[in-house]
Amino acid sequence: MSSDGSSGDNLVELGHLTKHFAVRQGVFATGKSVVHAVEDVSFNVRRGETLGIVGESGCGKSTTARLMLRLLDVTGGTIRFDGRDITKLSQRQLRPLRREMQMIFQDPYASLNPRKTVGQIIEAPFKIHGVKGGRTRIQELLETVGLSPEHYNRYPHEFSGGQRQRIGVARALALSPKLIVCDEPVSALDVSIQAQVLNLLRSLQDEFNLTYVFISHDLSVIRQIADRIAVMYLGRLVEIGDSESIYEHPKHPYTGALLSAVPRAGTGGRERIVLSGDVPSPIDPPAACVFHPRCPRFHAGHCDVETPELRELEPHQAAACHYPLERWPMTDAEIRQAEGSVREDRPHLEGAAHDA
Amino acid sequence: MTPPSDDRLLLDVRGLTVRFPTPDGVVQAVSDVSFHLSRGETLGVVGESGSGKSVSNLAIMGLLNRNRTAIAGEVLFRGRDLLTLPPDDLRKIRGKEIAMVFQDPFACLHPMYRVGQQIAEAVTAHEHVKKDRAWARAEELLDHVGIPNAKSRARDYPHQFSGGMRQRAMIAMALVHNPAILICDEPTTALDVTVQAQILELIEEVKREFDIGVILVTHDLGVVAETANSVMVMYAGRIMEYGAAGGIFTQPQHPYTWGLLDSMPSVDRRLEALVPIEGAPPSLLNPPSGCPFHPRCPYRFEPCATERPPLDVPAPEAHLDACWLSWDDKVRLGVERAKKVAA
Repeated sequence: MSSDGSSGDNLVELGHLTKHFAVRQGVFATGKSVVHAVEDVSFNVRRGETLGIVGESGCGKSTTARLMLRLLDVTGGTIRFDGRDITKLSQRQLRPLRREMQMIFQDPYASLNPRKTVGQIIEAPFKIHGVKGGRTRIQELLETVGLSPEHYNRYPHEFSGGQRQRIGVARALALSPKLIVCDEPVSALDVSIQAQVLNLLRSLQDEFNLTYVFISHDLSVIRQIADRIAVMYLGRLVEIGDSESIYEHPKHPYTGALLSAVPRAGTGGRERIVLSGDVPSPIDPPAACVFHPRCPRFHAGHCDVETPELRELEPHQAAACHYPLERWPMTDAEIRQAEGSVREDRPHLEGAAHDA
Repeated sequence: MTPPSDDRLLLDVRGLTVRFPTPDGVVQAVSDVSFHLSRGETLGVVGESGSGKSVSNLAIMGLLNRNRTAIAGEVLFRGRDLLTLPPDDLRKIRGKEIAMVFQDPFACLHPMYRVGQQIAEAVTAHEHVKKDRAWARAEELLDHVGIPNAKSRARDYPHQFSGGMRQRAMIAMALVHNPAILICDEPTTALDVTVQAQILELIEEVKREFDIGVILVTHDLGVVAETANSVMVMYAGRIMEYGAAGGIFTQPQHPYTWGLLDSMPSVDRRLEALVPIEGAPPSLLNPPSGCPFHPRCPYRFEPCATERPPLDVPAPEAHLDACWLSWDDKVRLGVERAKKVAA
């Protein structure tokens, strides 16, 4: 892992990526405002790794992935793919690159055309790119993902959720891409099936030397599959680093709260860090550190004034926080007793979406 | 588990069986399910999609169309069988004594009525009170479930609420008539983890405060482990394992429960590989003979495919399960499993 910044190691490099959506509000849609979906996000995806992006709904994780694939146009910042700046490429110029970046979607019931056979579905990428596919190649792909070659002429409705997701995987693999973005690929599946698909994705990665960007709200799934993780909150990257390192000692209070909120089987009654309220609206995000209204370590006059920069706090682990967690696990009370913190006895439930 | 005979017993379900006739055949959604619920108890019902966990609760609530559904068995609520109750009497219990919170708070609130109004309507549905009294009760309940500025938020429309707040509003609505039983069907599945933690805590608080019984239906074993006192594991419409939560999680007895636990990724450590359950859940139109889990069970043997194992306690120290393996085998396999997990 060299860190000279050349794109040798990095398949994708995102620099200060920003995406704003214009929305109209009000009864007659006259008020204009801006959704800050992704704000100044920079990170790299290394070749052959799995980068997990975690965060709650609306944190910008899917938007980031879509920007990375240029399915959306950026508002600001740069995207480099395989050493090449693709930020401003036209759709026509992008087309040859599309072969190298594929996506697996969340809902296996919605992402397959019900009127096409499995063979036709997997053949589509070959046709689009004018590559010779052929029945044998498609049947090979079906076998690779654990389906049977006889499934070639069947329709999606004949398959269970897990099998459909395998069809989606086969379609993504068809053109031997370098990068596969998996957007919540197992969220719609039952646990027993989820494990099958996760194991499949892992073995395919070894076999074809794939790079994954794996989006999930499920921290257990991310731990199982990701080498490095990026934690997002309200459009910002709040923590990034080696997966083991972040799970063993999260630095950002938000990461800590997320980890402690996961219900666990087996470990009886572990104390949770309960965050108050809900995620604020991305139309009018809080000033400075966007997490400060919910943060148990909030320091007035600092956190709401100065935006924390992402800084390296451990080897291969960086967080954007003025008062990162010193150790882990910490109890709710310990976190609140951060030196000088003014939020020791806050009521649990307050402030929500638009309490202005 | 024999139901306790004391006056804390709320619900005693015996041999509940639900069948849906369809043009393709009869869907055997729930087969011979028996369980009970007492005050102060949280019963976790776990299972994958199609395991019958939701349908059994709809049957208890009397929410299945009896003209199109064949329901057998008994659902005794304080000694009265809800399945044979005339619709008018059932209506006095449903929503009043037994309340339900559904998965999707987005779909359960009417988008064009104010939240307070919808709760007030629930008040007037079972009580003859003036409108302003009902509204005051709605405000009081919203405040109770942790909605900030409840007085003004009661005038909001559902779209102005976040997902977590909507689920709080649904819980407020369920609490309108101080129910004895609260059935929560996947109450946190649509919510983010941090909000999920808040809602689970709220349900726990409500349970303690009103001394009610809670049935928590979920596919998430983690949620059950944290909140339930007793757990019922369902598969293909049948109970596979049923007992105190401590027993189920420290010494699970059924190969299906083992499979579920082993296929679950852990947030506390990265596992070498997940051990999935091979195959897929069966069709309920034509469930497997014998033990419904046998086609996917790695430990199946002679009788599994032909004879259905009874739900029984295999040893004095054990809890109920439906499996042909001998108790010695279960203990031995359980120890091996624990070793593998620890390694």
